[in-house]
Amino acid sequence: MATTWAVFRRELKGYFNTPLAYIFIVIFLFLTGIFTFYLGSFFLRGQADLKPFFNFHPWLYLFLVPAIAMRLWAEERKSGSIELLLTLPLSVWSAVAGKFLAAWVFIGIALGLTFPMWLTVSYLGQPDHGVIVASYLGSILMAGGYLAIGACISATTKNQVVAFVISVVVCFLFTVSGAPIVLDFFAAWAPQTLLDAVASFSFLTHFNAIQNGVIDLRDLIYFISLILLWLFANQIIVDLKKAN
Amino acid sequence: MDWMIEVEGLVKTFGHLKAVDDISFNVPKGQVLGFLGPNGAGKSTTMKMITGFMTPTAGSVRVAGLDMDDRPIAAKAQIGYLPEGAPAYPDMTPIGFLNFAADVRRLDAATRRRRLDYVIANVHLEAVLEQPIETLSKGFKRRVGLAQAILHDPPVLILDEPTDGLDPNQKHEVRSLIADMAKEKAIIISTHILEEVDAVCNRAMIIADGRIVADGTPAELERQSPLHNAVLIDSNDDGVAEALFALANVSQVEELQSGRYRVYPKYGESIVAEIADLSKQRNWATSRLSVEPPRLDDVFRKFTHSRPADGHAEDHNDNLEAV
Repeated sequence: MATTWAVFRRELKGYFNTPLAYIFIVIFLFLTGIFTFYLGSFFLRGQADLKPFFNFHPWLYLFLVPAIAMRLWAEERKSGSIELLLTLPLSVWSAVAGKFLAAWVFIGIALGLTFPMWLTVSYLGQPDHGVIVASYLGSILMAGGYLAIGACISATTKNQVVAFVISVVVCFLFTVSGAPIVLDFFAAWAPQTLLDAVASFSFLTHFNAIQNGVIDLRDLIYFISLILLWLFANQIIVDLKKAN
Repeated sequence: MDWMIEVEGLVKTFGHLKAVDDISFNVPKGQVLGFLGPNGAGKSTTMKMITGFMTPTAGSVRVAGLDMDDRPIAAKAQIGYLPEGAPAYPDMTPIGFLNFAADVRRLDAATRRRRLDYVIANVHLEAVLEQPIETLSKGFKRRVGLAQAILHDPPVLILDEPTDGLDPNQKHEVRSLIADMAKEKAIIISTHILEEVDAVCNRAMIIADGRIVADGTPAELERQSPLHNAVLIDSNDDGVAEALFALANVSQVEELQSGRYRVYPKYGESIVAEIADLSKQRNWATSRLSVEPPRLDDVFRKFTHSRPADGHAEDHNDNLEAV
């Protein structure tokens, strides 16, 4: 626990030692703004909610979260600092968890900085605050899912670009498996159970459910178990090929 | 004997390549063991396995009685390690980096302050404490790595080329630092610099092709040099070579250049006194008479000779030294 905390603090501080953090946050806020107001027609809809804001989060995370995750392990391998980290008296799990949590909190900070959206919609109308809170929770859980996938893939290579590209592809699969492009393909011939199974793997399905303001235990369990599963795989990969 | 490091039957293979091939040795407290060997001989790989970074293909490592495989975290807590090339987190400052190591090693506040003061003063990091590590010179980076390795005052130190990239003054400082700690710890260092072995090690091990090919005190290894106790004599008189060769303990006389001879002893015994007597007896005009200094590099070449390039270098060097 203490070692996880030490890794966590070092990592989180590391984001703010470099321009990376600031660039990420600025781009994140800029893109959420564009998506919400232009593509999401925030004003034209005439409704006091943040649907247009949250609807784009899966697509935004699809590229931005792998950009954060790609360096988690690939950079350690590249610079050789992984040798230092893994010969310190800590378990691989605490290194994996510390890194993940730091990156997650960092994304959480970026997400938190979108609060002016909430203020805006509250000023303009009477939004359902419960739905907004649930949506923020769903959004951060979904970001954790993308992040866990990206962290695990980052552990397989010392090339950050490779890590990024593969992460985007895998994250894309986890996103679209609930979208019509995939489901329509199955709908014509597959039984409904298979259709449901495929859809249930999707971030979209679960995120949309939470976005509607209903925090179903199944959706929470989905995201948390997905995160743990990928982190567990991450730990195994680091342990098996730490020295390569 | 209380062994601090126990290495048994260590093997590491990468595909078909056997990087480390059945290495076993023990190191007690108070010993400074120097790993010598050509590049790619398996020195770093052995160190990576001792520190638990690499998993051995076969064999076992125990540190302070703790098995690296069964209790890796407890075993790692006993070790201070400077990896090859002294990697660190480039965007951290040295003080941030040392504090991170102290956090992970759970040093309490008082110990942390005392040890930070000690390593910063002894490794001379005061001037660069707040600079990002990536902006530091190679020598400072190495010293940051060394500071991290000794921060928690570990009973076992594994230092992979600790003086690489340092200037002669810094090398001297690092060696005295190691010598100061030597009594209380078991230390393994790897190095290419043979004089370093003489300076800090009380045991030297030559590793070639993943095996231990020589193991002993530096003096014992030096005795294996073909030049051990050989005598250099300058004399332009006639018949010097024949007279020297006639001495009972002389095995060979080599004329390096006109009027300069190198005399090799039989069984490595000291022959300088006999030669001095002979010279006086015969009234030679001897302008120089000296024993060849002990040289580990000859021993090193002798044991790691299988590479063709080495043989060539040897001839070349001998010529140079003879001039």
